[in-house]
Amino acid sequence: MKDGYLHTRDLAVGYHGKPLIQNIRLELARGQIMTLIGPNGAGKSTILKTIIRQLDRVAGTVILDGAGMERMSEREVSRRMSVLMTGHIHPEWMTCEDVVATGRHPYTGRLGILSREDWEKVAQCLELVHAAGLAERDFSQISDGQRQRILLARALCQEPEVLVLDEPTSFLDIRHKLELLAILKDMVRTRNLAVIMSLHELDLAQKISDYVVCVRGDRIDRQGPPEEIFTADYMMELYGAARGSYNALFGSLELEPVRGEPEVFVIGGGGAGIPVYRRLQRQGVPFAAGVLAENDLDYPVASVLASQVVSEKCFQPVGEGAFRQAAAVMERCGRVLCPVAAFGPVNERNRLLREMAREAGKLEEVPVRCG
Amino acid sequence: MKKAWIRYCACFALLGVLLAALLVWNINAGSVAFSPGEIFYTLLHPSGGGIIWGIRLPRVLAAAVLGGALSVSGFLLQTFFANPIAGPFVLGISSGAKLAVSITMILLLSRGVTAGSMGLIAAAFAGSMLSMGFILLLSRRVKQMSMLVVGGVMIGHICSAITDFLITFADDSNIVNLHNWSLGSFSGTSWDNVKVMSGVVFTALALAFLLSKPIGAYQMGEVYAQSMGVNIKRFRVELILLSSILSACVTAFAGPVSFVGIAVPHMIKSMFRTAKPLVALPACFLGGAVFCLFCDLIARTAFAPTDMNISSVTAVFGAPVVIYLMASRRGGRMKEGA
Repeated sequence: MKDGYLHTRDLAVGYHGKPLIQNIRLELARGQIMTLIGPNGAGKSTILKTIIRQLDRVAGTVILDGAGMERMSEREVSRRMSVLMTGHIHPEWMTCEDVVATGRHPYTGRLGILSREDWEKVAQCLELVHAAGLAERDFSQISDGQRQRILLARALCQEPEVLVLDEPTSFLDIRHKLELLAILKDMVRTRNLAVIMSLHELDLAQKISDYVVCVRGDRIDRQGPPEEIFTADYMMELYGAARGSYNALFGSLELEPVRGEPEVFVIGGGGAGIPVYRRLQRQGVPFAAGVLAENDLDYPVASVLASQVVSEKCFQPVGEGAFRQAAAVMERCGRVLCPVAAFGPVNERNRLLREMAREAGKLEEVPVRCG
Repeated sequence: MKKAWIRYCACFALLGVLLAALLVWNINAGSVAFSPGEIFYTLLHPSGGGIIWGIRLPRVLAAAVLGGALSVSGFLLQTFFANPIAGPFVLGISSGAKLAVSITMILLLSRGVTAGSMGLIAAAFAGSMLSMGFILLLSRRVKQMSMLVVGGVMIGHICSAITDFLITFADDSNIVNLHNWSLGSFSGTSWDNVKVMSGVVFTALALAFLLSKPIGAYQMGEVYAQSMGVNIKRFRVELILLSSILSACVTAFAGPVSFVGIAVPHMIKSMFRTAKPLVALPACFLGGAVFCLFCDLIARTAFAPTDMNISSVTAVFGAPVVIYLMASRRGGRMKEGA
């Protein structure tokens, strides 16, 4: 990685001098987002709190802008690093504008009076997080989503070079999660910020991070770019999850499949099958899915939810072998569902399967989706 | 911003007028009545004696200065503990000071020496630091701020009980004085006392005012304050020392005075609609002065010629504010939410 703006050298973090995680070596360049992921209580916050000096280091060093942080004054650090931590703050009688204005603290004089330029920067930062309308509102009376935006504006108003965020998206709805991360991404690009944060949402972490660090109780388990980290097997292992599955491409989760002899055969394809699979899973009905090309949208979900999947190779029309196998499986099922409406050269044999089911009186009507 | 400054100016003007009016009224009230004209004439022609110069003016000034000091001390403690119901009296700091002063006075009286102003302040400061130390130890153990307040009240009661015990068994004719003092009163203040207390209080105030910036940052919580460049460890020590010296000074001269430290900062913050220390610190001082002048006026005149102790009066007006605060909690930074 190129010139680390913030890096740790053999850092050990913990409480009361007892190391919890040792030999932490992180390197974060400007213009990059580094995300810490890992199970609850794995030590993500402990690492972040140590970096911002809320907790004392147990060993090692954190180097910020080329200098060891233990030798820097609070003021020197505050001009380079700002934070957005979890935990609600309840300042009395403060408007949102006042809260953002506290970000100017490292730049004001003895009495902390803001200059005209300082107030302009406050207004700009409120604008950046699309919260200009909140300026006069009482900070204690706005929603969680608005509060996080205001606190982000506060952190930006401090004109940091590195931003430390501890689970900034917790308690936010999807709209606010997306908004917050979009603003963050913009800031990283336009201001060449370095960002280090912890996230619970794996799907978002996968999409926003340039670099991912997996924290696992007593060690940094792995670190690297998201494409190396987010594999289905590793995610399940990192979180010690035994039930259900993780889809590495989409970052989505599926519950564990219903096992047993399939009772229902689902003729799927093009995404039409997924809602049906999920419904059957919820109802606890074991089912078979087919015939799906291995690059079909339905395939990854079918393969983790169905007790049997009849599949065809990528970009191939359904062949004779797959067709016969599917017909045999269908034979053993009492019911057949076909949410697919459109058939073409590639899935012509699926249409035949549907006809066979109808003749056998097994086809049940289901709402037809796309495909 | 502009609207806020208009409000601040209006509120300061109101406090100023109230202060002036109460000063005159307090000098006027009593067994011997003076007309405002006489008061101004006397004030413009200082003399060593007389009722106005010798008795009433020092008492009035003491009430104003000490009231302001208590209120500021409360404001600092509320910032420190992030709790709207923290105050020198509630946390047992006043009672610690009271205990230390009683012990000092009894020891000195038994040797026939009268304690000087500075000596009393020093004793009160030592006592308040002792209580403060207990509170700080307790605050490491208990996470809930309400429990901390309960702990403070307990410490206060223990100190008061020991003080009462000492006073009951101390053998000296001056004990009547000591007893009056231990209930809280501004009576019997001398000009020397006023000079010493003003020196201490105004120095502490000036220092507190210079801490406005970190106090403002600290209102955002410790983590943010540190990330804004505040040296937390040093700042906490400074805040504790200042609030203790202020409340110690009050206790040394007037005994423990209840509820001013909570009620006044709360009323001031609601009135100014801000807790910004740059505005709130001077406003709390003025507010405390006004509040204590008002209460002392009632203490002196309600059952004249009998003086009530000042704490009874401040409690009547201050305690409801505390109850309201506990019940509403709005805008308060209770730690449970963290």
